[in-house]
Amino acid sequence: MTILANILVVFFIAAGLVFIVVSAIGLLRLPDLYTRAHAASKSSTLGVMCILLGVFLHFWLIRDHFNPTILLGILFLFITSPVGGHIMSRSSYIAGVKPWSGTVRDDLKPEIERMKKEQKIK
Amino acid sequence: MSFQILLNLFLAFLWMFLSSNYSVSRFIIGYLLGILVILALRKFFKSRLYIDQLWAVVKLTILFIKELILANISVLKLVIQPKLQLQPAFFKYDTVLKEEWEITLLSSLITLTPGTVVVHVSDDSKSLFIHVIDSNDIDETIDSIKNSFEKAILEVSRS
Repeated sequence: MTILANILVVFFIAAGLVFIVVSAIGLLRLPDLYTRAHAASKSSTLGVMCILLGVFLHFWLIRDHFNPTILLGILFLFITSPVGGHIMSRSSYIAGVKPWSGTVRDDLKPEIERMKKEQKIK
Repeated sequence: MSFQILLNLFLAFLWMFLSSNYSVSRFIIGYLLGILVILALRKFFKSRLYIDQLWAVVKLTILFIKELILANISVLKLVIQPKLQLQPAFFKYDTVLKEEWEITLLSSLITLTPGTVVVHVSDDSKSLFIHVIDSNDIDETIDSIKNSFEKAILEVSRS
């Protein structure tokens, strides 16, 4: 039983580590801010969630200590990190960060220009 | 929905008082019997059964977790390719959802799906502007995925 629990804990923490490393590589390799937001908002969420789940299972199954705070942490991360990615990419688009030159289609540009004209922001 | 939950709790307490045994197990038995009563009397409620709605929420959560894992695997594949094959694009997506919480939920779902991030929601909150990381083959599949998300959210909010 302890072996099973250990395998579960090691699996979750290793998977989380892999996802965090992937998001770091993505931040280095991808060409512009908007594609980096993909890597940052997805992989790091699941990575940190997996590690927290592993820690929770370790303390619950092996140390016999049920800690609901970690579960709340997972829930808050789940709610907040997509919003964080959204806010970062939106504010940098409005501030005028140019998307990568390989970007094929841009429906957003006229909308943002219209919005800026209406609210008189340069 | 909240009225039905309150009614169910009331029936559970009634069962506890009837048997004058105030324990958790008695409460659970009373709650289950209350569900049976509400099922039997569903004709008299104007809104849907709340169990139905809860089941839709559970299905949406499972969809959420599945999409999160798929998104991460696709980002992993994309990042560790020796040569980056990207065709990023911003596109506009018109949504049928009305309530603000529904649009928030849909945009966080889209942000967690493979290869899409919501960048901007228009002022009348009728369309979402989405940044997609690989536009040549994903456009149609993403549309179908979002139709399933939208359908699941509508399923939750239908009264």
